[in-house]
Amino acid sequence: MNFTLKVWRQASTASTGRLETYAAKNIPSDASFLEMIDIVNMNLEEEGKEPIAFAHDCREGICGSCSMMIDGVAHGPVKGAATCQVHMRTFQDGQEITVEPWRSVAFPVLKDLITDRSALDRIIQSGGYISAPTGGARDANEILIGKEDADAAMDAAVCIGCGACVAACPNGSASLFTAAKLSHLAHLPQGQPERYRRVELMVAQMDEEHFGHCTLFGECQEACPKQISIDVISQMNRDFIVAAATKKPVTASSLGSG
Amino acid sequence: MELKSKIPAGPLEQKWDSHRFNMKLVNPANKRKYHVIVVGAGLAGASAAATMSELGYRVSCFVYHDSPRRAHSIAAQGGINAAKNYQNDGDSVRRLFYDTIKGGDFRAREANVYRLAQVSVNIIDQCVAQGVPFAREYGGLLTNRSFGGAQVSRTFYARGQTGQQLLLGAYQALEKQIGRGAITMHTLTEMLDVVLVDGVARGIVARDLRTGAITTHLADAVVLATGGYGNVFFLSTNAKQSNVTATWRAYKRGAAFANPCFTQIHPTCIPQAGDHQSKLTLMSESLRNDGRCWAPVKKGDTRNPRDIPESERDYFLERKYPSFGNLAPRDIASRAAKEVCDEGRGVGDTGLGVFLDFAEAIKRLGEQAIRERYGNLFEMYERITDENPYQQPMRIYPAVHYTMGGTWVDYNLMSTIPGLHVLGEANFSDHGANRLGASALMQGLADGYFVIPVTIGDYLAQAKLAPVTLEHPEVRAAEAAANERMKRLISIKGKRSADSFHRDLGKVMWDKCGMARNTESLTTAIQEIGALKEEFWRNVSVPGSDADLNQALEKANRVADFMELGELMCRDALEREESCGGHFRTEHQTPDGEALRNDDAFAHVAAWQYQGEGASPARLVEPLTFESVQLSQRSYK
Repeated sequence: MNFTLKVWRQASTASTGRLETYAAKNIPSDASFLEMIDIVNMNLEEEGKEPIAFAHDCREGICGSCSMMIDGVAHGPVKGAATCQVHMRTFQDGQEITVEPWRSVAFPVLKDLITDRSALDRIIQSGGYISAPTGGARDANEILIGKEDADAAMDAAVCIGCGACVAACPNGSASLFTAAKLSHLAHLPQGQPERYRRVELMVAQMDEEHFGHCTLFGECQEACPKQISIDVISQMNRDFIVAAATKKPVTASSLGSG
Repeated sequence: MELKSKIPAGPLEQKWDSHRFNMKLVNPANKRKYHVIVVGAGLAGASAAATMSELGYRVSCFVYHDSPRRAHSIAAQGGINAAKNYQNDGDSVRRLFYDTIKGGDFRAREANVYRLAQVSVNIIDQCVAQGVPFAREYGGLLTNRSFGGAQVSRTFYARGQTGQQLLLGAYQALEKQIGRGAITMHTLTEMLDVVLVDGVARGIVARDLRTGAITTHLADAVVLATGGYGNVFFLSTNAKQSNVTATWRAYKRGAAFANPCFTQIHPTCIPQAGDHQSKLTLMSESLRNDGRCWAPVKKGDTRNPRDIPESERDYFLERKYPSFGNLAPRDIASRAAKEVCDEGRGVGDTGLGVFLDFAEAIKRLGEQAIRERYGNLFEMYERITDENPYQQPMRIYPAVHYTMGGTWVDYNLMSTIPGLHVLGEANFSDHGANRLGASALMQGLADGYFVIPVTIGDYLAQAKLAPVTLEHPEVRAAEAAANERMKRLISIKGKRSADSFHRDLGKVMWDKCGMARNTESLTTAIQEIGALKEEFWRNVSVPGSDADLNQALEKANRVADFMELGELMCRDALEREESCGGHFRTEHQTPDGEALRNDDAFAHVAAWQYQGEGASPARLVEPLTFESVQLSQRSYK
């Protein structure tokens, strides 16, 4: 198969980027989208030209590294798939394809298709955990968790932290990402003691990172490679209201043990 | 040099306990005076960094990813073993220990493996306390499944994403400590060298991948948790960035590298589709609980598998290994599949594949039950191959998956360089010549949560470390060497991409140092790699600058190390004149084609020590003594 690629090239955060055109020739239909770019890059390298920089690693949809807007859609045309899981047989031979990085104020471009997503780590730092220092944990079976709750926790915990939800959101909100972690922990008995403090801290961090507000467009769940439902956002909002209504002062010394 | 394993004296069951008592402690107020560098944030690195930081040490953690949540541990699918005996099916610490030692074909240390089995139970408790959503029964108890090489159900899992959930647990613990200012996190920063001062590890040289800036970071101890080297084969189930550079640089600074030829070829991967392929995808071993492996009896049978009658199917694992059947260990199952394909009975366009069939399980349990157990794996399979495994059998073929070899470490996880500790897949310690399924996650977390946090204290309490500054001549020399190497790679300006060299290297390794090896193939491989290496340093093309985000440069730097490692792997395989586990020398096999060990000559660890450029490395030997198990011909029949 042959394609014409329009790829966003940008040397660094400070420089201005532009779309450049490349021909992707003789691409096997079984190649993944990233393997198609590998072929283009190999040719560029052998001509002594700089290859297209893009984030990637596991190439099986779980590490959350790959992150491309393909014809304006986060992770491209296949529902429930990360960019690495999109195969070229999905496209028409001869098609022109536009490839851009995630577009969000909170994710500055580092180079070409690579963005800085460290804001997501900082949201987790603010409270996305259960404070349980190593050692001294009681027997795992002493905590009973019904299958339904364990399943619901897992449904939210599958988030791969790719940031497609932010890239797809017209407001650039990180609500699906944040709410998925909150929902995972809120479904478990272990997550209860810090539940309301957690929601306040994580929501505050989300605002600080310049993510936009959620107005329930639902674009995020369409783009999510793990198809996490926006129901988690309603749960976050409910917990946030409960937290505000039952507010106890949060002080540095009350941030758990350790 | 002598390899001192430092295995504590006393009965096997009490070694770890008494060692913990005998080790020196660092008092809580003094811990903050020590600075520990952790390289890597997979299961081993993240759990080690979080735990040491909770104890009070100052920790800096380095990863080449943009976030510590992306390490390749995240892709582990099937599960994690623990000797909980929740199923009351006869499991115990001793049985997990025995299965692991036997599974490794008696080429691992008894004391290490026993400790691993002991702490396995604490790992599950710890992970549940952190909120890891393991699969549960309706009554709320944890559920288990069985995995290859065991006859009990001791594997805990979170759908087909166990590695992801365990890693996120460790990542969240790490982020908690980062948020508290107790860990300094360096993302997008790749280690290029270990810094030794007076023969002791005192820091690392690292490159900021955003800017290309190379800087030195000093510490009181260095911990490498940088994963395995399976990507030496180019095609493997490893993530694309997984590489050997950290442990290889350590090797070149004097850390002995043990059993490099022990690599694991996993039986159930999606077969290669063409030359464009950049990596292989694993289908979890758990699938063999319900899937049956078979190949047509007739050679070159291209009929639709559904049209091949039962009488013309060979369920080769059930036939050859009736007591373990489809749950034979990985090395055995892989070789059996290869044999079938070598006989011309392989399936698919390339003939390099066998069937993994769920028809019977679907009939017995219903499609819904199978969907619940393996839904995400089936989906992954369909997405890649465009075939629906609910309707037709999967096609699978073995692929490189894990490396049992790695940096030699003693019982305290310290390498032959004082102060340099190595954890997880990066070390060699616990799996011998073959790793059983669901044991990698167990080892990574055992090392990180429960072993290194204790043993590092013993080291720091006794190490007499003089203050070191960035001006120290050995520090400056290491940094200068790293800078020079980057500049050299850029300046070659040849005609071939690093990837093209990597593909060639991978082909040599797979064909000549893969599932079957012999003197002839290995000797040829060493020559071919030598020629490839020579061409690389003359003809590689690395466009762009070293003072910039430059993925071509990152790749070239890693490929250069893979070539040197590949050579050492072949050398190690050549010297080990026996077959054991994943190391199969065609000259050494039983009449029915099983691995034939030579316990008299090779019941030992071979650790290679670098002797300088151009010189042959020295082969050091650590004898393995077995006091608690009887060495026997491994049988799964």
